[in-house]
Amino acid sequence: MFRQASRLVSRSITAKSATNRAFSTEVPSTIDSSFVEAWKKVAPNMDPPQTPSSFMKPRPSTASSIPTKLTVNFVLPYASELSGKEVDMVIIPATTGQMGVLPGHVPTIAELKPGIMSVHEGTDIKKYFVSSGFAFLHANSVADIIAVEAVPLENIDASQVQKGLAEFTQKLASATTDLEKAEAQIGVEVHSAMNAALSG
Amino acid sequence: MASNAAVPFWRAAGMTYITYSNICANLVRNCLKEPFKGEALNREKVHFSISKWADGKPEKPILRSDTPGV
Repeated sequence: MFRQASRLVSRSITAKSATNRAFSTEVPSTIDSSFVEAWKKVAPNMDPPQTPSSFMKPRPSTASSIPTKLTVNFVLPYASELSGKEVDMVIIPATTGQMGVLPGHVPTIAELKPGIMSVHEGTDIKKYFVSSGFAFLHANSVADIIAVEAVPLENIDASQVQKGLAEFTQKLASATTDLEKAEAQIGVEVHSAMNAALSG
Repeated sequence: MASNAAVPFWRAAGMTYITYSNICANLVRNCLKEPFKGEALNREKVHFSISKWADGKPEKPILRSDTPGV
């Protein structure tokens, strides 16, 4: 009758550990032992509190020599396009112009305009079209790039771009209010950027 | 402290950065090839229902949806 019991019991345990996520209190404590001891004296019935560093790995410190690779995190609201990827260079479309970022770049925050972002990895070049966003370049050769929408360049339809460019150029000419003018201006800029990206 | 620096044209027209970046993102999505376009536009769809409360009871909810017939 209980022939299968041991198998069933062990299965339920393994299944549980695989599907259930640990509670936050189950994260192994990384705070220093003297604090834990002092905490235990004051509040013996409570677990010591968790700090952000027990949930997130701290950023690597700035090395004294410049590393050979740049670590890129490229995130969109719905996806993590590149996560901690080590590349040679990225070229980002900053509002001040195309900006090449190599390892050891000075720390900067750059606003992005609609344009091409290319990721260079050896001889491999991956091109994305980003709509807008920000790039955070850290001193430790880590670049965080955040965009609202970014698509691989080959996914853009050239005929739609031409159509949109014509439509917004016409709208810009007929716009009456400031807001309409600005909207048409954005349309023209985004479509010309896409056009330039596809032809260049 | 207000900055005296030149502001972008969309800011001068009273737009916020969020409005501006959402317009840009939408224009890019509309220029995609199928099936990527459908995917991208579907991802942005939003629907929710609102109901006002009167005398401690909810009134009939109002449905706001980007998908017709939902």
